[in-house]
Amino acid sequence: MHREVLIKMALQQFLEFEKSIVELENRIEELKIFAAEQKVDNSYEIERLSREVVQLKTEIFSNLTPWQITQLARHPLRPYTLDYIPLIFNDFVELHGDRNFRDDPAIVGGFAMLEDQTVMIIGHQKGRTTKEKVFRNFGMPNPEGYRKALRLMSMAERFGRPIITFIDTPGAFPGIGAEERGQAEAIAKNLMVMSRLRVPIIIVVIGEGGSGGALAIGVGDRILMLEYSTYSVISPEGCAAILWKDGAKADIAAKALMITAADLHKLGIIDEIVREPLGGAHRNAEAVATSLKESILRFLQDLKTLSKDELIGKRYEKFRKIGKFYEPVV
Amino acid sequence: MVLKKEIGLSVRPEGKRVRVPRGLWIKCELCGEIIYKKEIEKNLDVCPKCNYHFRIDTHKRIAMTFDEGSFVEFDADLEPVDILDFKDTKRYRDRLKISQKTLPQKDALVCGEGRINGQRAMAAIFEFEFMGGSMGSVVGEKIARLIERAVNKKCSIIIFSSSGGARMQEGIFSLMQMAKTSAALALFRKTGLPYVSVLLDPTMGGVTASFAMLGDIIIAEPKALIGFAGPRVIEQTIKQKLPEGFQRAEYLLEHGVIDMIVERKNIKEMLGKLLAMLTPAQSVPSGT
Repeated sequence: MHREVLIKMALQQFLEFEKSIVELENRIEELKIFAAEQKVDNSYEIERLSREVVQLKTEIFSNLTPWQITQLARHPLRPYTLDYIPLIFNDFVELHGDRNFRDDPAIVGGFAMLEDQTVMIIGHQKGRTTKEKVFRNFGMPNPEGYRKALRLMSMAERFGRPIITFIDTPGAFPGIGAEERGQAEAIAKNLMVMSRLRVPIIIVVIGEGGSGGALAIGVGDRILMLEYSTYSVISPEGCAAILWKDGAKADIAAKALMITAADLHKLGIIDEIVREPLGGAHRNAEAVATSLKESILRFLQDLKTLSKDELIGKRYEKFRKIGKFYEPVV
Repeated sequence: MVLKKEIGLSVRPEGKRVRVPRGLWIKCELCGEIIYKKEIEKNLDVCPKCNYHFRIDTHKRIAMTFDEGSFVEFDADLEPVDILDFKDTKRYRDRLKISQKTLPQKDALVCGEGRINGQRAMAAIFEFEFMGGSMGSVVGEKIARLIERAVNKKCSIIIFSSSGGARMQEGIFSLMQMAKTSAALALFRKTGLPYVSVLLDPTMGGVTASFAMLGDIIIAEPKALIGFAGPRVIEQTIKQKLPEGFQRAEYLLEHGVIDMIVERKNIKEMLGKLLAMLTPAQSVPSGT
């Protein structure tokens, strides 16, 4: 009875389409426990079920819809910025505050060592428990969060250190105080200043890339996305509510908006997709971190060959050329 | 969200029911006063009763801002494309066709160069009636070109914004126009020339959170709604009633978000004055 309640609670952490996988995995666990307790050999059965799990996972994860990917990007167990930092970097020294109003816990930042070089890390931060979620404001920054990020990025430029940002936010916080303190100005200024920072900037979308609130730490030289992350001008629910007048049409909107890593790579917006383990990043954060570290190091190596003028010249071109329109030849 | 409503009304002078021809009268959305259309037009489309500034089209804006005959439009040929093959309840390409049929523009922005009380300026003016003045690839490209042109020709910039924000139907491309236009303004800042941002009702979302809030000087028309998130979204998120006048120009002035509120009839004079004060002496034209 007690055990069943626990399983049920664990299952609530998983998405609808993951449940058959998790149930099968639980059965394997039970068989293992049974084998250990009763000293019987059921390894054949365990092996058979393990093969079945892999097959099921492959089947489900090779046919994910954009809406399912959106749900994975928001998965309650998905690794967040502070989960990745110790797996990729050493000696993270977190720095706080915008020096004007307050410290915004929805954005974290600070210096850390990436192998033998000092880098600046900036990232959105969500919370996992209810208390943490409230503390981190569900990863939705206020203007002071963006101003903290700007302060830290400008400092990184002064010290000649590369910047790595982790994007994972539903969006900038829509609140009274946020508007009063200039949410739009805070975002706009980051876009402008980031376009000219004379150090390499690598952007990694690890979860939700929610609109302007994501882009505000998203102007850089290379843009990477985890396989099951999303990046969009508006949330599928928001888009559905406005254009379909029905928030429940989010699955259709998710498809129409083309927000997955695969779509955005095809559209030429992002530079690389970082593969996730079968089942998603929450099944093996270490593996994701290893791949991420490899990509970040490789891109930083590339960017090092450029002069500072070339670096910001190419960054300008990167964003300048985004856009599709028709112009008749005169 | 249509504020300017043309309505056919029944009014009863001395108790007698009289049918008024459609389109002759306008009801002010703010004070509810019913005003003779010609009277409003004579008053620069401002309600004579409560000073509400109605939205106006780009031609009226150009006529009341620039010295007569001085405005030369450019990049008018740029046309939007349905890059994502986007379809909600309607196809994006059909929405575009409808707007293009009813309005003289191919998209929501008019760009050009002209003189304001003799002062040269590159200018962009939003047409809110074109899909809510939303910013897609064409709007972003035209703004970026305008800014680059201003850098090359050493010219000041004025942008009149009136927009619901990014154009959802162009997905990520519309989001990235925020970065593109803001990066162009970073280049412009090196010229030492002024960029004046004029915020009209309404200026929201991705337009506010990029070039509109990056003006050296930010002016708003009275009572214009200006913000990042829409009031409804905020209300639903925080589950509180919003304070009186929230996100209106007067509220933003009080909170230090904008420099000043200027009535429509005084905008030309203010722009001319600012340009004269901030433009280096050698580029001030003689005469005109």
